[in-house]
Amino acid sequence: MMFLVKAEVGLKRGHFDPEGDVVAKSLRDLGFSVGSVRVSKAYTIEVDARDAAEAKALAEEMCRKLLANPTKDDFMVEVLLIEGRTD
Amino acid sequence: MDLRKARACILRVGGTNCDAEVRVALEELGLRSDVLHMNWLEKGRLSEYQLLVFPGGFSYGDYVRAGAVWGKKVLTRIRRDLERFVEDGRLVMGICNGFQVLVEAGVLPGGDGSFSTTPRAVLANNKSAKYECRWVFLRGEGSQTPFARRVGNGETLRVPVGHGEGRFLSESEGVLQELIRSNRVVFRYSRPSGEPAKGAYPFNPNGSSYDIAAICNRDGNVMGMMPHPERAFFGWQAVGYGGPQGPADGRKIFEGIIDYIMEL
Repeated sequence: MMFLVKAEVGLKRGHFDPEGDVVAKSLRDLGFSVGSVRVSKAYTIEVDARDAAEAKALAEEMCRKLLANPTKDDFMVEVLLIEGRTD
Repeated sequence: MDLRKARACILRVGGTNCDAEVRVALEELGLRSDVLHMNWLEKGRLSEYQLLVFPGGFSYGDYVRAGAVWGKKVLTRIRRDLERFVEDGRLVMGICNGFQVLVEAGVLPGGDGSFSTTPRAVLANNKSAKYECRWVFLRGEGSQTPFARRVGNGETLRVPVGHGEGRFLSESEGVLQELIRSNRVVFRYSRPSGEPAKGAYPFNPNGSSYDIAAICNRDGNVMGMMPHPERAFFGWQAVGYGGPQGPADGRKIFEGIIDYIMEL
């Protein structure tokens, strides 16, 4: 069965985020009152798996093997939907 | 070994650069070099070479993270051949993106055996949030490795950098201390005087821990460095060139490679 899974990869707490700092400054230049900004990357992945738990486990393995570098990144995986189902 | 019988392999994939410059530098010193797309590297072919170079660039568009996609591809396609190559004491050099590739593949800093199963370091976004493309000063600290044997400990070199993701961070303080303790920090960013930059910008261009510009593996035959020695080979490439003069500083790194191969 095909599942749609979202994997979000971002810097660990405490890791300096130069890109986030630039974005925050730019938002302030536009007049927004913002504090810090942290940038993360989201991957939406179609995963072929037996059930939602397996789809989640596979996406977590993808993060460990490619999408995240454990020195600086944390990741979060969420099963968005099952193909053909809208409930 | 007779240098005329030795050969270097400069690997390329979509997005690599300066492969031609590395080839010119090596061939100028008498080492025949092939620029080879990784898809053409059939099983076992690596054993024909004494030196393998992962050049700079933006392999696979630097998608995911700089060097990540190529790093994983190296593991799936040539891991065993590369492990054997390293165990044989042959030389591997990663320059800029090539350094990022070696880190993402777990080749550097490496594990207890040879490669680590997951990366134990990363080349993160520059602290300045800028693409740093300019000349820097490097302090030699790893003259025991073939790559830096022509560079005295404490000697200063001028070599350019060109990267957005060069901030070396290790998995833990323990990994960093081990690198320092075992003399595996080959080059550090420094002030013109040769004093380590101690994190001060612009001398340390990216905010690297311990001003790290280059590290090597446990046996010293694999080195990754962010600066580009091939862009500082001929005198006329050097910053402030004003007429005939000696070679540029990066040449010493290539000369160290040649010395080592001739001793094989």
